[in-house]
Amino acid sequence: MELIVISLIVLGVTGLVSSVLLYFIAQKFKVEEDPRIDAVQEVLPGANCGGCGFAGCRSLAEACCKATSLDGLLCPVGGAPTMAKVGEILGMAASAAEPKVAVVRCNGTCEARPRTSEYDGAKSCRIMHNLYVGETACPFGCLGCGDCVAACQFGALSMDPKTGLPVVDEEKCTSCGKCVAACPRGIIELRNKGPKGRRMVVECVNKDKGAVARKACMNACIGCGKCQKECQFDAITVENNVAYIDYTKCRLCRKCEAACPTGAIHAINFPVRKPAAPAAEQPAAPAAPAEPKKEEVQQ
Amino acid sequence: MRTFKIGGVHPHDNKIYSAHQSITECPLPQKAIIPLVQHIGAPAQAIVEKGQKVKVGELIAKAGGFVSANVHSPVSGTVNKIDTTIDAWGMKMPAVFIDVEGDEWMEGIDRSADVIHECTLEPKEIVDKIAAAGIVGLGGACFPTQVKLLPPPGKTAEVLIVNGVECEPYLTCDHQLILEHGEEIVVGIQILMKALGINRAIIGIENNKPDAIARMKELTAKVLGVEVMPLRLKYPQGGEKQLIDACIGRQVPSGALPIEVGAVVDNVATIYAVYEAVQKNMPLISRVMTVTGKHVAKPGNYKVRFGTPLTEVVAMAGGVPEDTGKIIGGGPMMGRAMNNIDMPANKRVSGLLFLPEDECRRVEPENCIRCGKCVAACPMGLEPYLLSRQAELKMWDEMEQHNVMDCIECGCCLFTCPSHRPLLDYVRMGKATVGGIIRNRQAAAKAAAEAKK
Repeated sequence: MELIVISLIVLGVTGLVSSVLLYFIAQKFKVEEDPRIDAVQEVLPGANCGGCGFAGCRSLAEACCKATSLDGLLCPVGGAPTMAKVGEILGMAASAAEPKVAVVRCNGTCEARPRTSEYDGAKSCRIMHNLYVGETACPFGCLGCGDCVAACQFGALSMDPKTGLPVVDEEKCTSCGKCVAACPRGIIELRNKGPKGRRMVVECVNKDKGAVARKACMNACIGCGKCQKECQFDAITVENNVAYIDYTKCRLCRKCEAACPTGAIHAINFPVRKPAAPAAEQPAAPAAPAEPKKEEVQQ
Repeated sequence: MRTFKIGGVHPHDNKIYSAHQSITECPLPQKAIIPLVQHIGAPAQAIVEKGQKVKVGELIAKAGGFVSANVHSPVSGTVNKIDTTIDAWGMKMPAVFIDVEGDEWMEGIDRSADVIHECTLEPKEIVDKIAAAGIVGLGGACFPTQVKLLPPPGKTAEVLIVNGVECEPYLTCDHQLILEHGEEIVVGIQILMKALGINRAIIGIENNKPDAIARMKELTAKVLGVEVMPLRLKYPQGGEKQLIDACIGRQVPSGALPIEVGAVVDNVATIYAVYEAVQKNMPLISRVMTVTGKHVAKPGNYKVRFGTPLTEVVAMAGGVPEDTGKIIGGGPMMGRAMNNIDMPANKRVSGLLFLPEDECRRVEPENCIRCGKCVAACPMGLEPYLLSRQAELKMWDEMEQHNVMDCIECGCCLFTCPSHRPLLDYVRMGKATVGGIIRNRQAAAKAAAEAKK
């Protein structure tokens, strides 16, 4: 009994003394930190992907708290809603940025791009790119080893075994840009998601002359310029034998898609068209005037 | 018998297929395609126009910088176009296309077989003649030879090391060249010694070529200062830094050139080309290459004019064997599998190796067991297991700290790995990336220094 009482007293007194000591030490060495940093960090997704350009979510939170305006600071993962919340906490107006998504600019499927050799080395696009042209004759196209898939922290990319090309899951893609950096051939680009997720993309980056490009891949952009002539909004430029659609100018009329002789231009997330060729432009026509209005609102 | 100290492996040399096959001249092609990039450094600038008539040995492209080399026409005919062609790995390269008409040579080129021993030129004139002839190192790296002969200020050459090692399995072109043109090579060595102003030269030859050692010993018996050094068989003895270690026992510091330890290394084929250029005014327009493989009908050593499509060389050797799995440009250790054998012969291709399907497949890699065999085998004293992992994880700064730029890409690590890990693949990729980072950094520093001024 006595033993228990003594130990209780000793332990109790030790605890009391140390707690008082610790209290004063904590007061003495207290680190002053902006409480808003924690609040901002709470709002951020916490993936630490580095897509914002900072080391992680906390670094972005610190930068946001230090900044006088939120211009140029953007969490690509959370997008505009997250930045609006951050703005609310900090009492600043969040810059309205269009949500973006990764787009794979190669449509050289297995059928369109015949294999000319068999790669036997380490499974890495970067290594294959350093070594040679790749398993097909296209020196610009997707190599298919999946460096981008490995780089994605959100599981938004996967290889389609049928086409041999990566597929972006738009729900999961946060436009952090890791895949863009991982692709040694610069095929992946971050583009505006567009109204209702609809967008027009030239899915080819082959800079070879038309005949050479076509020989390597049936679906290659041959730089013929038909889409450029068709486009009424000057959204398409043909440079180095490859067309590029400026997503800020494109009004989604889909005329370029119909004009493309190789099918390199793809319309993404549009409703399926009726198979009849002459009727093809009709469903697009009512859509065309409707879409620009929405875009104007956003701009 | 001497050899280099660190690392090295012993692959089977497989030289029996093409060894002692006398050098056969390959017929002229109908159309020649002459690449403008046949060396390390800046591409040569074409100076001919479409429709222009050229003769054999005429200058068709001028060196595009200090580290660059002239390109001469290996055939006579009309320039068809200046365009791009596809190299062995499917990438584009600029080239001059010539329709071959007859075989008309430039005046002044001595095509007789007589050996001219006397050389009365001044060192400066010799170097100029070598530069004009567009000679590059024919051992594999294709570094312009005249650059090696002009030591940077403050450095002096002490010894010329002649690379007759040919450590790469299968290849026999240098061996055969020593046997058939040993006399010319000895004259070439004397010319280079004169150009460098030195009186000592060592010819390194591995001891799997006893007849070449005997031949060189016989030829250099009365030549002052030239010594033949038989070397114990070990790969990669033909690497510049390994050969210096083996011959004179000096180690080239990390990141430095051989001139740092007073050595200049040249391959026997390069020296033969120097002899031809200085004594006979013959620019570098052809080379001896080995076409070999287990099932090749007529493996041998072929003297090929540059610009000849490799398919024609292969046809000389009896065509592509049926069971070929891989065609390697160069030897099996450092050579790379080729995607396209329509490409023209050039200064870079020292051999064509046809590996049968059952011998050429990579084994599925397993986990690294940390046995350290790659570290023991690395002739540069690097840690390939670590470097390859760092490359996988994109740790470029750490790779640079671990001296990835010293890697000579010899492939000993991959050869020796019991888990068949693709070590060299990753290290090579890392080296390319780190090299790019270093170049960018240097360019930025240079720009900053200029901005300060």
